Order: sequence, then structure tokens, then C-alpha cells
Amino acid sequence: MDTSVKILTMLLAILLFVAVVGVMLFIASRAERKGAQFVAYVFLLPSILMLSVGLLYPAVKTIYASFFDAAGNAFIGLGNYHTIFTSSDEITVLRNTVLWVVVTPFVATAIGLVYAILVEGAKAEALAKAMIFLPMAISMVAASIIWKFVYEFRPDQPGVKQIGLLNQVLVWLGGSPQQWILNAPWNTFFLIVVMIWIQAGFAMTILSASIKAIPDDVIEAARLDGVNALGMFRFVTLPMIRPSVIVVLTTIAIGTLKVFDVVRTMTGGNFDTNVVANEFYTQSFRASNAGLGSALAVLLFILVVPIVVYNIRQLRASESR
Amino acid sequence: MTSLTPRAEPVASRKALAAASRTGHASARIKKKATSPVASAIAVLLAVVWTIPTFGLLVSSFRPEAAIKTTGWWTFFSDPQLTLDNYQAALSTDTQSGLGSFFINSFVITIPAVIIPICLAALAAYAFAWIDFRGRDFLFVLVFSLQIVPLQVALLPLLTMYVKAGLAGTFWTLWLSHSAFALPLAIFILHNFMTEIPKSLIEAARVDGAGHVKIFYRIMLPLMTPALAAFGIFQFLWVWNDLLVALTFASDNTVQPMTVALANLSGTRGTAWELLSAGAFISIIVPVAVFISLQRYFVRGLLAGGLKG
Repeated sequence: MDTSVKILTMLLAILLFVAVVGVMLFIASRAERKGAQFVAYVFLLPSILMLSVGLLYPAVKTIYASFFDAAGNAFIGLGNYHTIFTSSDEITVLRNTVLWVVVTPFVATAIGLVYAILVEGAKAEALAKAMIFLPMAISMVAASIIWKFVYEFRPDQPGVKQIGLLNQVLVWLGGSPQQWILNAPWNTFFLIVVMIWIQAGFAMTILSASIKAIPDDVIEAARLDGVNALGMFRFVTLPMIRPSVIVVLTTIAIGTLKVFDVVRTMTGGNFDTNVVANEFYTQSFRASNAGLGSALAVLLFILVVPIVVYNIRQLRASESR
Repeated sequence: MTSLTPRAEPVASRKALAAASRTGHASARIKKKATSPVASAIAVLLAVVWTIPTFGLLVSSFRPEAAIKTTGWWTFFSDPQLTLDNYQAALSTDTQSGLGSFFINSFVITIPAVIIPICLAALAAYAFAWIDFRGRDFLFVLVFSLQIVPLQVALLPLLTMYVKAGLAGTFWTLWLSHSAFALPLAIFILHNFMTEIPKSLIEAARVDGAGHVKIFYRIMLPLMTPALAAFGIFQFLWVWNDLLVALTFASDNTVQPMTVALANLSGTRGTAWELLSAGAFISIIVPVAVFISLQRYFVRGLLAGGLKG
């Protein structure tokens, strides 16, 4: 397709939807006398339509499809769910997902918190923060490529030089280069590093804002009591920012549960690094197993809900205090 | 908008705090840091560890192909060889070798995917915020809770629907999907913002005989710019950086965005680092530019959208 055709189609699409809004406003203004109820429904119509067709109906359909076989013909009850929890491949997927969801939030939050405290009030605070935050702005695909290059392996032969930084450091230290993303089970941790690298900036930003919101008089009072730096953290900072810490932990956990891009780009789910979100994609769109794919999507949904509910409760609690 | 500030303290004290840190007022907490070289060392170390991977790929993107594949990027400093060949190759619009057309696709996908949900959500948010209608609370809770639905549960049936409608492989699949997935968050953010506008303003307009339509585009739209910016930036980065939705629907390489092209390139044997490094940086420039120029709104959008996906 020609570039100018693409841009023309794009402008048309935008115009079409601006026109939809225009038409809705026109209808509503004509009908303003019929009452506010009617105006409200006209305003809501495009969104509700789009949500129903684009999200609600497909979600219901997916739940339904999760009780059917690969081709979607025969009803097999909980067969797909049974597969998820019994087949050895799927158990590896579950194990890896648990690792991701447990390790990533805690390490990313810890690093973000430490960094936020360390750079608080430092000379180049804004720059220091931007350096940690930038991975958050780029795509996970780009982040994975950046780290794949760090992990790059060249065989340990005379005349062959390492081009990946991690292996070069290892060689400098007298070790022999490793296939970081090939050797299970440690390769999962090297993939998790990428997610931590991405999420620490998010943790830092939120926690830094919340540390800055601690009133000066609280800190002053603790200082007068002779609390040292560590005690300050343990007895003042941490309790004061606890709600934010929980929100950060849960938010990262939700993001990590659905991690797909990193695994897809770095290993494609091979070498025992598969996770639920990637397995969902593979089963649904590569292995043509719509039943199992749907069941995995539903599983993601089921796992996300309790974390979100907890998160929202904490948000409410922290706002009402 | 959802605020994550843990305590609802008086605005005045928060402002004072901000002013104090801006002017470099030597508050107690700042002094503590200056006296600890260990703390500074750890901070610098972390910053370096966080930056070096990106820096390494950036340096590589300017090195000749042969050099990238045989020596580490750190040798650049002892043996500097510079070239723009990688960027030239990456920007080529030939879909067989270059990434240029995918870069254009990323824009073509992203711009409508930002504007469409904003248009629709602004209308819906107004209705939820300012019109009293039957079923309002139920509908709002429904839309709000749709935020937590992982988009994975919608992908397979949506693909089937697109195929049936003859839309498969076109930009429409991406525009419509991204817009639908964005609506719950967009409505939520814009609704929260609208309810913060003083009721007296709306009532005064009503008394003057203005209908909801007039209030919407005369009063609300102009006032909503910050909220639109916050959501717009979040959505722009979300769509620009998305891989899953694009991989699912953009089966045809005439509509694939940069992320899909990079992911495919990264999966091939004998990695083409010269193309990958340059291509990755071309794709990174856009969100980084957005981030640097609109940092304030960006963080706000991020705070509000933490649950999305």
C-alpha cells in the first residue's frame, strides 16, 4: 500500500469518527426538549455500542469457547482447564508465571524505593530520575532487544570476541561465556531482569511523589528524637508511604501477569521460559487450539481480578485517609 | 483523576513543600543525603546499570555491520568507526529489507487510535458526569469494571468477527480494537475530571438557557484540555508500544507497526544487529520525545492507567 493511500485512509477514519460525534451532538440538540434522559442515551450510544461489540461480547464468547475443544466443536467441560493444571508443558508455564509475578513486583519496587530515597533532594534529581524512568516509556519489544544484546553469546573459542556486555564482563573476570537466555531454569530470571528494568521507574516515580508528600514536621520530630537514617526509613518513611507501596506492588504484579512482549521477543516461549500470556497467544493464533487459548485467557482474567480488587480497595483507603 | 498521593493534606502545605524543594531550601532530609557518600555511590551505580544497556545498543547502531558482529561496542572508544548506513538501511521503505514503511504504519495506527476513543469517551463521560438518567450508576460501574478485563479475552472472537466483516488485515482492525480497549479508561479519566468542574458553572449555563449539547462543546471541551492530554499521551504510548494487538490483527505486512517488524527481525536466526539496533532507536525516539516534552501529563496518565491492559 502506498504511503499517501495509508495517510488518506487514516484521515478518513478520523473524520468519520469526528462526524459520528457531530451527528450525535446534532441529534441530541434537536431532541433536547424531549428531556435529559434522551440526550444522555444519545451521548452514550457510540461508546456503549463499541464496548459491547468490542469487549463485552467477545469476552463472553471466550469464556464460552473455553469449554470446547481445539476446533470449537465438541463440548469438553473443564477439559481445557484440566490440561492447564496437569500437562507438564502447561505446569512449566504456570511455574514460570508464578516466578514472574512474585519476583518482579518486589524487586522492582525495592529498587525504585531505594533509588527514590537516594536521589531525593540530590543535585540532578530530575535527570537521575529520568534515567531510571526512560525504560518505562519505550516499547517492551525495544527493551527486549536492548537486553538481548547485553546477553548475546559468542562461542568460547580463540579469536572469537564477545559482543554481549554480560559475557564480556564474565570473561574479564576470568569466567567462560554463558548462554544466558537458553539455559533453563536461570534463563527465566534473566528475562525477569528486563521487566524489572522496565518497572523500577514506575515504582520510583510513584514512591518518590509519596515520599515528598510526607510533612516536614513529622521528619523534624523524628530527627529531634535522635532517629538515625535507617530508623527514619523503618519507622517514618515506610509506614507513611505504605499505601503507595501496596498500589505499586499490585500494579506491577498485574502488568507482569500479562507479560507477553518480553517473552515473545527474547525466546518466543522456548527453552522453558513460557508464561501464561505467551502460551495464550501461541495456542490461540499459532497452534489453532482455540479452546485451550480461551481457557488461558480466562485464567488470566481470573488471576487479575483479586489483585485489582485489592488494589482498588487500597487506593480508596489511601485516598480517604 | 485518581490521585495516588497517600494523604489528602491541605494544598497549601504541599505547595510549600514543592516550593521548598524547588528553591533548594536545605531541609533536614536533603542534608542527610549530602553527608552519605555510600548513598551517592549506590545511586550512581544504579543509574549507570540502568543506562548502560541502552547506551550499548545506541553506540552499536552507529557502528559498521562487520564491527558490530565481531567486536563489542565498548571497543568503539579505542577504535571509533562511525557510519549512518544502519539508519539508512533501517529507514528504507522497502518492506523486504527496511523498516521505514513499518515506522509510517506505527503513526497511521496510533493517531486514529488516540483520537477516536477521545471523541467517543468525551461524550459518554459528559453524560455520566452531568446528566441524571435512569441506569446511570449501573452503567458507570459496568464501564469502570471493564477496565480490569485483560484484552486477551477479547482477541480471538474479535479476529473471527473481523474476518467475517471482511476487515481482516486492514488498519480498521487495529483502530477499532485499540479504541474499544481504551474506552473504559478514557471514560473513567474524563468523567473524574468533569466532576471536578464546579457545579455552579454548569447551573449558571443552564439558567441562561444552554442545553447539554451547548454546555458540552462551549464549556466542557475547552476546560478539558489537561485531561485530554493526560489520556492522549498515555494512549499514544500504549498503542505505539503495543505488540500483542498488532501481532494478532495485523497479519499483512502492509499494515504492521514497528514493534511487530522488530519482534520478527529479532526472532530470526543470525540476528541482524545492525538493522535491529538502528530500528530499535528509530522506534524509541518517538515515545522518548513525547515523554521529555510532556513529562508532567505523562506521569499523570501513567498513574491513572496503571490497571489497563
